[in-house]
Amino acid sequence: MQNATKMGLNCTGAQMSPMDSKEQLKASQEVRPDIPGNERKLALVRTEEAAKADAIGSVPIPGSARGMVKTALNKLVGVSPEVLIDKLGERLAFERGGVRLYEALMAKAQAIDAVDEQMLKTMKHFRDEEAEHLQLVVAAMEKLGADPTAMTPCADVVGVTNMGVLQTISDPRTNLAQSLNALLTAELTDNAGWELLIELADAAGQSSISESFEKALAQEQVHADTVRGWLSEEVMRQV
Amino acid sequence: METLTSLFDAKGCPLDKQKFTWREMASKPISKLDDDAFTRVRIILMNGIETDALRLKNIGARFHGELRQALAQVRRCEQHQATMVNWLLSADHSPLETTVAYEQVAIEVTAAVAQTEPDPYQAQTYRFGLLEDFDHLYRYSAMLDRLEGKDANNILQGYTDIIPSRPTTVHHRAPEDDLRDSYQRDSAALITKIHAAMITAAEYQTHDYYMTIGPTFADPLARQLYAEIASVEEQHVTQYGSLQDPGESFLEKWLIHEAMEVYAYNSCLEQEENPRIKAIWERFLDYELGHLNLVGELMKKHERRDPSEIIHGSVPKLIEFKSQREFVRKTLAEEIDLRAKGHEYVDKKNEGHASRDYRNQLNSEGIAAEAVSAGYQWAPGTELSLKKAS
Repeated sequence: MQNATKMGLNCTGAQMSPMDSKEQLKASQEVRPDIPGNERKLALVRTEEAAKADAIGSVPIPGSARGMVKTALNKLVGVSPEVLIDKLGERLAFERGGVRLYEALMAKAQAIDAVDEQMLKTMKHFRDEEAEHLQLVVAAMEKLGADPTAMTPCADVVGVTNMGVLQTISDPRTNLAQSLNALLTAELTDNAGWELLIELADAAGQSSISESFEKALAQEQVHADTVRGWLSEEVMRQV
Repeated sequence: METLTSLFDAKGCPLDKQKFTWREMASKPISKLDDDAFTRVRIILMNGIETDALRLKNIGARFHGELRQALAQVRRCEQHQATMVNWLLSADHSPLETTVAYEQVAIEVTAAVAQTEPDPYQAQTYRFGLLEDFDHLYRYSAMLDRLEGKDANNILQGYTDIIPSRPTTVHHRAPEDDLRDSYQRDSAALITKIHAAMITAAEYQTHDYYMTIGPTFADPLARQLYAEIASVEEQHVTQYGSLQDPGESFLEKWLIHEAMEVYAYNSCLEQEENPRIKAIWERFLDYELGHLNLVGELMKKHERRDPSEIIHGSVPKLIEFKSQREFVRKTLAEEIDLRAKGHEYVDKKNEGHASRDYRNQLNSEGIAAEAVSAGYQWAPGTELSLKKAS
């Protein structure tokens, strides 16, 4: 596995083909844009489409609410139950994806010539913590009478957001530093996500849930700090 | 079984009244979360049918100069129909999630067809292919879970089981073992012709989709898995394509394709619950009746034949868009060990050397379908819900 960045024959820049680039530039200066206006025209259509678009989807009705059974949801104060369920679903999806990201990264890290056994051990530990966190969210959703197997709108949307991180880490050609950079994006977002969820659970009067999440947040803070440290070490090692 | 006899009688919307705008073609998509899975099944099926309509007509135009103008005119409308249908899929479907939906189409629609197909050999062929797509669903579901951390059932909505079937490992056959006997144009029922055109179209689309998105994955196993299953989908196109009588004229095949489109849109219309999508099925049913009548006139003009020689008799009332769980399970229990040898179906112990040799060579450096699904057991909320931190 190539684990360091090297100089080579990169063909993408204008400076690599100065004669062609000069001709290209000349053409684009001589032939003026045929449609008047600027990028605001595009923005206008986007705004129109956003104004009339349907939502991504809805938060499912809690299973026990269908049977008109009283659930913990009825006791929520200060927040709409669907907001809390939606954000719980988001965290759950994020943690599931997080487990898979660590697994992909561990597989790659083992291909490095001089494997850092301590780093691998720590990655495995973080992967297991992500799995524990998802169980924490499952427990909270079940306590509220919500379905942890449903994909909520925010769960769906973080799935879209994280595709770039996944594509980066799962690509066998990206080196450890590039993969860690992507993982840091996920871990920083995850930290902010847990903070917001704790705030939301507190606002909803669900102190036992928010307390159970404090441990996860503390662990996620360690993840983010550690990944940031690994990234820094890996980049500086190549300098 | 309820049947229809007058479905093809209406004149439909004339071609010159079939108009579109860009905005309506790229209109609001369905909700991945809130729409019923069978709405998505219908969308994928109809896009497959429309893109096959384009394919058939483009190839026909290479051979038939006298039909080129009419083919171009109908094709233009079908291009826009295909766009309007396919653009109903929302962008929050990851390519792997869409793949799971494609396999659900292959399973549920092929199972429905297998049960209403009157020709026993053709029905056997549908059951044979069905078990292979059923296995693809399981392999892709494992991939989705283990790559993206997502539950395939968020797409399948409980209608379709996620279990191993005839293993993908043994789907790889020598080309001569993928050919089938065709129906006979003069004696086959209209629905037999419609089924063959429809399932070939659906499988062709699946093949093309996998070939397009396969290389967009970064993950090496996903790339290998798509390469492997795309190859099987090409086998399926070979198989289902050979069910059609090669003695049919081009205009005859075109006419059958238009009748199939009418039948499929009618089935969609009858069962659609989303009113906005239902209106699209209704509009396009009317368009297809227009196409069918136009081709009928061309047949009279160029072949001096009455299209009612072909488009006659009754057809089953609908393609039943519903979970075919019990039929699929029964087929799995009874036919998992079937293999193809030449045009026949045989027990696995009687499979020929050609396919065994072909497969052994392809599988000799590893099999992605096995690597991604080793030990995979689907559970609600992904396999991670089964496991505490290990």
